[in-house]
Amino acid sequence: MYQIVKQIIKTGIKTEPAPQANEEMRIQPQVLQQEILDTFGHALNIRLVDAGSCNGCELEINAVNNAYYNLEGLGIKFVASPRHADMLMVTGPVSRHMEVALRRTFDAMPDPKLVVAIGDCAYDGGIFGESYATCGKVSNIIPVDVVVKGCPPTPVAIMQGILAAMSHAVKE
Amino acid sequence: MPIIHPGLQLIPMSGAAPAWQGRIRQDDLQPICRSVRDRGGRLVALWGSDQRASGSGFTLHLLLLNEVGLICLHLPLSAEQPVYPDVSEIFPVAVRMQRATYDLLGIVHDGQDHRQWLRHAAWRSGSFPLRKDFDASQSRTDELDNYRFVQVAGHGVHEIAVGPVHAGIIEPGHFRFSVVGEKVLRLEERFGYAHKGIEKRFESMSLGQGAKLAGRVSGDSTVAYAWAYAMAAESIAGTTPPDRALWLRALFLERERIANHLGDLGFLGNDVAFSFGLTQFWILKEQVLRNNAALFGHRYLMDAIHPGGVSVDLAESGKQTLLEECAMLEREVHLLRSIYEEHASIQDRYMGTGYVAPKLAAQLGVCGLAGRASSQVWDARMQFACAPYDQLDVRIAVHRNGDVAARVIVRFDELFESLRLQRKIVSNLTHSDILTLPLEKLPGNGFGLGLVEGWRGEVMVAIHTDAQGRLMRVHPHDPSWQNWPVLEHAIMNNVVPDFPLINKSFNLSYSGHDL
Repeated sequence: MYQIVKQIIKTGIKTEPAPQANEEMRIQPQVLQQEILDTFGHALNIRLVDAGSCNGCELEINAVNNAYYNLEGLGIKFVASPRHADMLMVTGPVSRHMEVALRRTFDAMPDPKLVVAIGDCAYDGGIFGESYATCGKVSNIIPVDVVVKGCPPTPVAIMQGILAAMSHAVKE
Repeated sequence: MPIIHPGLQLIPMSGAAPAWQGRIRQDDLQPICRSVRDRGGRLVALWGSDQRASGSGFTLHLLLLNEVGLICLHLPLSAEQPVYPDVSEIFPVAVRMQRATYDLLGIVHDGQDHRQWLRHAAWRSGSFPLRKDFDASQSRTDELDNYRFVQVAGHGVHEIAVGPVHAGIIEPGHFRFSVVGEKVLRLEERFGYAHKGIEKRFESMSLGQGAKLAGRVSGDSTVAYAWAYAMAAESIAGTTPPDRALWLRALFLERERIANHLGDLGFLGNDVAFSFGLTQFWILKEQVLRNNAALFGHRYLMDAIHPGGVSVDLAESGKQTLLEECAMLEREVHLLRSIYEEHASIQDRYMGTGYVAPKLAAQLGVCGLAGRASSQVWDARMQFACAPYDQLDVRIAVHRNGDVAARVIVRFDELFESLRLQRKIVSNLTHSDILTLPLEKLPGNGFGLGLVEGWRGEVMVAIHTDAQGRLMRVHPHDPSWQNWPVLEHAIMNNVVPDFPLINKSFNLSYSGHDL
């Protein structure tokens, strides 16, 4: 126990200042009711669906929870059920085998809801494109509020995308 | 010669991996497989190709491995009746590969299990995406995926269905548990959700574009795939990349191993409610990723390797950064290891959990990190030490306990070994301005193989070119094909809440498997 406490003290606080929302990432304004948005406060729950990514984006989405980026310190956390989620985060070109699961996850979320597409594949199908096996970009399947490009996008870019979706929703 | 068999003629292949190839007849397939297995050999990969454009039918390709090298067998099949002898009784790991090969190419084994594997409902049954005359516009179907899981009956048995959407930041897949109380009687996996037509995609690409795609078969192993792809291309072209490029490739591969092992060790702490471990290891991983970005321009080193060489160099000033990183990681990981080992509640969850007996691992052909944790003494960096590993003397990490604890220990040992290798690579790196040889086009009718020991296990890429030297067929093979089936055994008689821990101790790829 002594070693653990000593290590925690030695490590100190690694968390860096949070980035600003990047308004350029928003591709589609979505009308959301103010009174419901107020309930978001500074807390937001995200459900992630990997709709067929190469798992590169998942590496960076995991990284936003490390001590440097500390997304949870901003009141934003990943949840296990779409029923608990305010935001759906989607990676990958949407494989045809995940199309139904993605739609069902989206439908299972309560309104109002936000969708953030993460990565070049989610943006336009990326290197995998559209084929017998993929539906291409996420917005071919469900409405998307914010897109974060990159292969994979950095943790800072992912946070900017999340904050852009939130700040817009709060302004509405 | 790796194997002697009456009537079998093997020709050595050029390239970094010691490999031979030869055509065989139907009747010889099972006897050859049996003789390789009986002498301790394994099946690495099984795939097929459509050769009808060149006037023949289909071909089944099997890649076997023994202590001498890789043996690639080509079995010609007729265009009308492409049937081949089942090899899954000799190599159980072949079951899913045989099923997937049918789904994609329509060549069929004469064994028992003919359920679909990679195909759900994205394309019609009876249409085969990897056939050259496949028409994607005609292949869509509205039929529902109706997969026949094996049912477990008995008093008190019930099923838990998990996925494809999982409760975390992970890839899609389905797990069907049959349980009594909390105890798991049986697990059946169902994959293919991340199938995005990678193999078909290669066929419309140039060699250079293909390198980028290879680096995205499984993002966490981008270096291993890019190297294996480049190795296969260089084997066809008969070229060897410049010395400095090979050393840099090894540096990238070890950095990929370091980053992934650090991340996994953190997750393995988190899965036993030891969030201190997650926080600490992910701080270390982030520092490695930031050094990657600063020195090589990408946090995961994507597109750093291409056929012919590498696209990024290590600046002289970067050497100091890497040596300092080594010293820091050695110090910190040493401390964290002692904390993990002395923390009773961690060891209580690790010890004996998810046990894979060495004998079972050998039967199932478990490879890579998971294999080494169950006494499978195999590491391509040691056995087939291609340059620069022939000058690095990799010390293999093995353990015989086969449980989560053993897989954690192997990770720690490999992490320290990779740090030692990184030091050695940095100090041995000779100066040169040449990082790449021109390699934009391959010779016609070529066939090449690349095998790289990635952090998870051996990553293989096979390339076939057509008469014009274009990519006719590319088959990437992930070690997850070998190791997913053993997870079904590892979970038996464990409790359901230990599944995430056991699963993470293997940390297999869905994308690399689903293609």
